[in-house]
Formats: sequence, C-alpha cells, structure tokens
Amino acid sequence: MEGRPSRWWYALLLLPVLGLMYPPLYARHDPEIAGFPFFYWYQFAWVLVSALLTFVVYRATRRDP
Amino acid sequence: MTGAVIQEPHDTNTTALVVFGALFAFVTVLGFVAARWRRAKLDHLDEWGLGGRRFGTVITWFLLGGDLYTAYTFIAVPALVFGVGALGFFALPYTIIVYPLVFMVMPRLWTVCRAHGYVTPADFVRGRYGSRPLALVVALTGLLATMPYIALQLVGMQVVFGALGVSGDWPLILAFVILAAYTYQSGLRAPALIAIVKDTLIYVTVLVAVIYIPSKLGGFGAIFDAAETALPTHTPKPGALIPAGADAQVAYATLAFGSALALFLYPHAITAVLSAKSAQTVRRNTALLPAYSFVLGLIALLGYMAIARGIKPSNPNFSVPDLFLNMFPSWFVGFAFAAIAIGALVPAAVMSIAAANLFTRSIYKEYLRPQASHADEARTAKIVSLLVKIGALVIIVTLPTKYAIELQLLGGVWILQTLPAIVVGLYSRWLHRWALVAGWAVGMTVGTLMAESQDFAPTYPLEILGTKINAYTGIFALAANLVVTLALTVVLRHGAKIEDAADETRPKDFDELGEDAVYPRPGAPAPVA
Repeated sequence: MEGRPSRWWYALLLLPVLGLMYPPLYARHDPEIAGFPFFYWYQFAWVLVSALLTFVVYRATRRDP
Repeated sequence: MTGAVIQEPHDTNTTALVVFGALFAFVTVLGFVAARWRRAKLDHLDEWGLGGRRFGTVITWFLLGGDLYTAYTFIAVPALVFGVGALGFFALPYTIIVYPLVFMVMPRLWTVCRAHGYVTPADFVRGRYGSRPLALVVALTGLLATMPYIALQLVGMQVVFGALGVSGDWPLILAFVILAAYTYQSGLRAPALIAIVKDTLIYVTVLVAVIYIPSKLGGFGAIFDAAETALPTHTPKPGALIPAGADAQVAYATLAFGSALALFLYPHAITAVLSAKSAQTVRRNTALLPAYSFVLGLIALLGYMAIARGIKPSNPNFSVPDLFLNMFPSWFVGFAFAAIAIGALVPAAVMSIAAANLFTRSIYKEYLRPQASHADEARTAKIVSLLVKIGALVIIVTLPTKYAIELQLLGGVWILQTLPAIVVGLYSRWLHRWALVAGWAVGMTVGTLMAESQDFAPTYPLEILGTKINAYTGIFALAANLVVTLALTVVLRHGAKIEDAADETRPKDFDELGEDAVYPRPGAPAPVA
C-alpha cells in the first residue's frame, strides 16, 4: 500500500522494556526527589515517558482519514 | 502519629454504611438501565457479549481500566507492599510495559476478529489453525484462569464488608445476586457504564489519599523512612525498601514481564479490547491507559502509609481499609470503600461475560449444538454468566480464601501457555497445530508442578548450568512450552510431513491500519454518539 508509515517507529516501544527490565539500573536509594527514593520516582517517571512514546508512535503510524 | 490506631475487630460504621449503600444502589440502577443504552437487540452474542463492538475511545478507556485494575488489585498490591516492600511494587513496571506490548499485538487481534466475527481468542485460534482441539485447549485454559479471578473479586468485597463491620456472607451474596441479574440483562453494557462511576470514585479516593494522608504523616520522606526502618523487621520474611541482590531483582523483573505478557491473554482483557469500535480506538487507548498505572503505583504506596501510621492488621489485606478507617472521616470511608467494592463489580461482570462467551462459542456451539442460532448463543451465554458467578460465590463461601489466591496465581501461569497459539498465530502460522497443543500441555504441567513445589510462591529457584535463577514460574513454564512447540513443529513439518489444516484468515484481515480496521465497515452497526 502507498504512503504506509514505517514500522520502525515501533522500535521506540522497546525503550520502556529496556529501561525497566534491568533492575540493577534503578535499584538504589539516591538521589531522592521530594522524599521519593530513586527506585520509586524513576519508575513513576517511566509511566509518563512510556505514555508519551506510545502517543508518538500512534501519531507517526496513524493513517489520516 | 495522630491519635490511637483503630484496630480489629471492626465496629459497625453507620455513616460509612449509608454512603456506601447509596453509591451501591446508584450503580445497581445504572446496571439495569444499561440495557437501554445504545439500544440494540441483545439476543445476539456480538451485542450482549461485546456491546456491539462500538465503544469509542472514552468508554473503552473506562472499560479496560475498570476491568484490568480490579478491586483485588487495590487490596492485594498495597497489602504485598505493606508486607514485603519493594517486591510488591513490581505491579508498576508490569503495568507500564504492558501497553507497548498491547499496542503492537492487540490491534491486529481486533482486526482479524472483526473481519471474521470472532468473539473470543479461541474463535481466532480455531479459524487460524483450523484446529478444534487447539481451540478447545485455549478456551478451557481461559475458563480455568478466569474462575479463580472472579472469586478473588469477592475477596476484595469481603475485605470491605469486614472493615465496615458487617459480618456474615449475606452482603456478599446479595451484591453478587444483584450483579448477576444486571449482567444477565444488559451484558457488557452494564460494566461499561458502571466502570465510569467506579473509576471516578477510585481517582477521587486515590487523589485525596495521596495528598491528605502524607500531609498528616509528615510527608512522603517520613513515610519512606518509616517503611525503611520497619520492613527489615518483618517476619517470617524481612522486606526491603529497595530490592537488593540478584534473587530479588530477577524475581522483580520476571514477575513484571511475565505478568505483562499474561494480562492481555486473559479472556476478560480480550473481551474489552474486542468491544472497541476500531483498531485505532485500541491503539489510542494504549497511550491513555498508563493513567491507571500511575494511580496503581500510588495505591501501592498506601502500603507504606499503613506502615507509617502503625497499622497492625490481622491480615495484610486489611492494611488499606484500616488505614482509611484511621485517617478519614466516616463519610469518606464509605465513599472509598464503595470505590473498592464497585471496583470488584466491573471486572467480575466482564470476566463472567468473557467466560460465558468462551463456553458458548468453543464448547456449546462447537460440540453440543452446532446448528445454534444467534439467539441460542446469546441465551446460553447469559445463563452461563450466571452459573460462573454462582460457582465463584460457592468457592469463596465454602473454601478457605487461600485456595482462591493460589488458583489465581496458577491462572496467570496457565494463561501464559496460550501465548504461542494466540500471539505468534497473529504473525505466523509456521508453528504446527499439534506442536502447539503439546507445548501447551508441557507448559501447563511444568508450571503447575513448579508452583506447587514452592507452596504457590510466585517464583521458582531453577538451577541452570550451576547458577540458581529465581524467576517467575510462568516464564519458566512458557520457555518449556516454546521449546517443545518449536522442536515438535520441526519434526511434524520436516519429519512426519503432517499437512496444515485450512486457514480461513487472509493476510489483509490482520492489517490494523487497513480501511476496515480504522473505520467501521459499511453495514456494520453504526457507532452511536
């Protein structure tokens, strides 16, 4: 089909998996933000980042009416 | 710390009960009125069991969110965090990585199901592989995994009733009879409508809780400090605020990854996905659903707040209800408890509908009454949805809760074994149908034995090449399943040369960006605003 968006965009969706599936990366106490140890705020931050990434991929691979 | 800690036994809390009762009555009315919403003839399985496949972005968001984040989650996740600390927090990475996975896979499933009128994952497997045994195996696994999950929703309600000081089984039975009645009448429309109320209550409760409670306990810093001091003293297993050591970290990551893979194989998740009006609706939702994950993370932290407040429940499941009883005025306790109890109704309804769809399509229509009309199918599904709920109620009222929890853990391991047939099947038909059946059988057996040997702890310490790997049992079982499936596929294709059965799907049926998937087809029921 013509003008089909590239599936390479989907690769962005692997980032949350990479960022979260290796706990030694974030299993630490410091630095703290607002009383939250790093382990906690890092993962909360990923909620926002992954939602944003999904939205970007959704927009980039969408077919407009 | 403020004031004495209220402990069990719980007194009857009249103000809370009145607020609770009023909200419960409101959703009951809503459940029955739902039959008239987006009116259609409910004697067709597509209408009763999938809401006519025309829920837009907003309704799908509420329905999926209301369905996946269950009352039991709201009780059990903070209870686990309360008991063991960081390990219980795996629910957050789990519900983060699930959506990218869903984004890639589920729109494809939606599209092929729409093209062929499939109502369940087993329908798809039947059409794709032309194999009745494989479809039966997928359907039975779905039923087996769903039953204890429904039962656990009742546990969530039981906890709330207990905390309100209401004793006996009658409130539970009453609530479930009401639920059964409106699910019977309205089908998937009932939980879809109730989910809007449920999630509004949940969002308000959590927002109030995470602002108000820390303000009374000296802020999040003090709460984390209290948890860090208390967790290592817990018996029999000390907890930790930060997972230290390879064992804890591997368990954390594999539990999150395995649970994410399992979540969207559950029939109730697929039912909610298929009820969306287009593949685009599903795609869009994966960017919006993380809002629930954020809330789930906050709910998990309620476990630490309960530690900081000095709650000492007889059963960790009471940690959040007891925290609320200690922190909130009675009327808000009623509000928050209603949120949890109504949070049990939505998933229980969708799960029973999903189980009913599975039974109707893969057992009743396939083996008992092949000539069944659409009306016969809908009638059967309605009756089965009742039976499934009665079954769950009997399990909870007669057996110790422990069994339901163990069965639910097994359910996750079991449902993972349908991944090769369903998910790989969306991309390729190379895996042989008989190899898939054999792989499934091995995965089910290995997973069940492993879980049983660990007394139903979620992880198994497996020795691989002299290294002990402590990972989620479901992942090991899935690995065994995949190895057997791949090996047997090679044997059957190249050794025995057993022919493939007919595939009724075509490549274009999977195109989630195709015209049919993006916009509802002409002739399909028109979406109603």
